Amino acid sequence: MDEAVAAVEAALAAGAAYADARVMVTRAEAMSAQNGDIEDMRRSESSGVGVRALIGSSWGFFAVADLSPAAVRRAGERAAETAKASARVPGPALELADVAPAVDHWESACLEDPLSVSLSEKGDLLAEATRAPLASGARLAQASCRIWDTDKAFASSQGSRISQRIRECGAEVSATAVGDSETQRRSYPGIRGQYGTQGWELVRSLDLVANAARVGEEAVALLSAPPCPEATTDLILGSEQMALQIHESVGHATELDRILGWEAAFAGTSWLDLAQMGSLRFGSELMNITADATLPGALGSFGYDDEGTPAHRVDIVRDGIWVGVLSGRDSAALAGIPAGGMVRADGHDRIPMVRMTNIGLLPGPHSLEQMVAETSDGILMDTNRSWSIDDRRLNFQFGCEIAWEVKDGRLGRILRNPTYTGISPKFWGSMDMVGGPEELTYWGTPNCGKGQPMQIGHTGHPAVPCRFRGVRVGVR
Amino acid sequence: MTNQPEPDAVDLADGVLDRVGGRAEAAVTVRHVRDGLTRFANSFIHQNVGDEHRLVTLELVSEGRPAAASTSILDEDSLSRLVEDALVSASVRPVDPSWAGLCPPTPLNFSQVHYDPDTAAVGPAERAAVVQGFVEAGEGLEAAGYCQTTTVEALLVNSRGQRVSDRTTMAVIDGIHRDGRADGCASLATSRFGDLDGYGVGTESARRARAAAAPIELGAGRYEVVLDPRCVAYMMDFFSIYGFNARAVQEGRSFVSVGEMQMDPAVSIWDDAGDPRHLGSAYDSDGTPKTRLDLVKSGVTVGVTQDRRTAAQSGSASTGHAVPGGASMGALASNLFLGASSPGVSSSELVAGMKRGLLVSDFWYTRVLDPKTLVVTGLTRNGVFLIEDGAVGPAVSNLRFTQSPVAALAPGHILGVGNDGVLAPGGLHFSWNHAPSLRLEHWAFTGNASG
Repeated sequence: MDEAVAAVEAALAAGAAYADARVMVTRAEAMSAQNGDIEDMRRSESSGVGVRALIGSSWGFFAVADLSPAAVRRAGERAAETAKASARVPGPALELADVAPAVDHWESACLEDPLSVSLSEKGDLLAEATRAPLASGARLAQASCRIWDTDKAFASSQGSRISQRIRECGAEVSATAVGDSETQRRSYPGIRGQYGTQGWELVRSLDLVANAARVGEEAVALLSAPPCPEATTDLILGSEQMALQIHESVGHATELDRILGWEAAFAGTSWLDLAQMGSLRFGSELMNITADATLPGALGSFGYDDEGTPAHRVDIVRDGIWVGVLSGRDSAALAGIPAGGMVRADGHDRIPMVRMTNIGLLPGPHSLEQMVAETSDGILMDTNRSWSIDDRRLNFQFGCEIAWEVKDGRLGRILRNPTYTGISPKFWGSMDMVGGPEELTYWGTPNCGKGQPMQIGHTGHPAVPCRFRGVRVGVR
Repeated sequence: MTNQPEPDAVDLADGVLDRVGGRAEAAVTVRHVRDGLTRFANSFIHQNVGDEHRLVTLELVSEGRPAAASTSILDEDSLSRLVEDALVSASVRPVDPSWAGLCPPTPLNFSQVHYDPDTAAVGPAERAAVVQGFVEAGEGLEAAGYCQTTTVEALLVNSRGQRVSDRTTMAVIDGIHRDGRADGCASLATSRFGDLDGYGVGTESARRARAAAAPIELGAGRYEVVLDPRCVAYMMDFFSIYGFNARAVQEGRSFVSVGEMQMDPAVSIWDDAGDPRHLGSAYDSDGTPKTRLDLVKSGVTVGVTQDRRTAAQSGSASTGHAVPGGASMGALASNLFLGASSPGVSSSELVAGMKRGLLVSDFWYTRVLDPKTLVVTGLTRNGVFLIEDGAVGPAVSNLRFTQSPVAALAPGHILGVGNDGVLAPGGLHFSWNHAPSLRLEHWAFTGNASG
């Protein structure tokens, strides 16, 4: 904490109107296996301080790995100098939404420290998981696990002194069958695995080995399955694909920095207009989306965001009406709303920016079994395979690894290369069945790219299966 | 040693090697990175960031068992922990049958081709001046984008005696102007900051934005197209990762078949880190010196990119395309060029012969549907224009496409190659690629802004 405080004081002395600093120490581990052999094993350790200084219309930010007293003070000075240089191309002065200064410590729950689990146990797990699909005829079986253990110390010029320890981990296995003209892949638990702010108990709960053989069989079967037909039909999505649907078409669309144009050149903007917040219909009345950073174990959970705003829940869509955004202190002040507490950076060397926390769909009154039973002609798709959406987060086309025909209330044959496309409010408006609490999964996405320089965010997406009416599928 | 790397970097690297001692074969990389990025939106600078760090990476192999570790904490305890962690990691894993040994002592073929000391000295004030030029070039329009400068000083030493180092700089201005909902983009990437003409790049961006105003909507279908260099460079990342990557070829996941005519004879593709028009290091992450590699010559696939691991598996030599994490990713080309097999033509000549088609400025959010056929889906961005009877006409709303770029460049499908090759960003944020405009017989658009 001393280093963060020293950096903030140096930035103020150099002219910053406001300053904050984060000292981060991160220990990470990644292991991957292919076809029964360990393929890669890496450990990393990094530390440093990132200092943010606000002068006029611009943030200045500077980061150094060196935590010596002289280096952190110099980082604070350089953050202020960098902000001053922005005055050559000025805009309206940035204000910050009020957040009460906090002095606190927070830790994510962790039953079994993932970095303390032996490497040989992890290696045995991944090796075994990648042997199982080969017996089914899959050509490639891959598995991986990743662990992050991060200590943060945050200090602000308004008096916040917050320390946090966040442990995250997760794992995945996949099988790829190679045909003459195409490949088919099946993944478990999903294309991005399953990750959370939990200990190794999360990985144990996945039971990778038991599921590996199944995904191998399904990958091989997909090679000879009929293609998903081109049609407009009823579509049931499994919860893993719903997580992607929420992430891309609701999470990013409701990021306030995008709505304000701050990401226009790269990540893009949004089809949403702030003037319509509170009245715009985003989806059907069954659509209730929240941003909730307090969910235990979900990947987007924390005690405080990287501006010192305490974690809390914000309604984003209520009964189908767009009512909230993902914001930070600067963007919230511009929009005239309370600070959302959704600002994070992926390391000490990156400036904090608006990131999704746990953006999830609240469960509804139905079940997957009921959706199938009440569908006379449709398709059930699951497990994301491809994702593409326009720069306003309006027109999307997503692909899944696998689909099943649904005829007269029963699941039929599997279909390969399923895709569906839509326009976001029309698609969400067609949602007429939402799975119940017993089908709720806190999916974790450990690879959300945004910002320049690029940052990789960790986001959570509580999701349940849902049914949509009249969706265009099988787009070629 | 090739250049004169920072003395403390040499000490750092040798110190880590000494700590490993005779317990393993080892390679140590030290990278000193100084990065600055000035970001603007709504026509003013809103984020201005800088970062300086050194990262030490150790890759070692103990009795055939490899492991890797890295740290940015450079005190004695941390460096010792780096070594011991890597040794412990190696000890618990099985022997890696694909391990190909460390790179032997091999001199670089070039060095500091992409280094400019003046660029290394650039700070936020100079970047702000470039941004000012870009913004002012589009009077009456909103501007957004970034100006970045990066300096990397790196060296690699290994226990087999390879010792290489290089310095590189990069300077980029990349942005858009906005006329309502119509965007136009332009960029320039170079190793010399002095080459960045913010006003000039901004003028082109603004011209494109104004031309893109009031778009009409077109239906889905297969259209003849002229793809701007930015679109072609965008797709070349997919060729690098999913196509010419030897690992993808060995695993049957790639379209590449060496010796076959897989693309139109009008184009060739090669990788050349030593070409001053490109960016990047003189050696790969194995320490293998980079050299020019032909991948497609007049439409015929003639090569794939290899690192030491994939090369050993196929009984060939590394082509210098190892990347960090390559044990799982494979060997990737990061200095790609696509060019005309014979002299190209001007962009106006590309358009002149077209009865009806589309001029596409940029692609966006494109993802692979099938890696083997390389069928992808994505969207247009930053301007699409209808071409009728050889003239560029009205702007068109953004379109979704589902198309294999390999099929689009197949024999007989390239109707013209531009002489306007430039460095532009790849679509998977992996690399910048050098590409010209292409006129293609068809590109399949599967939807429009209405769905």
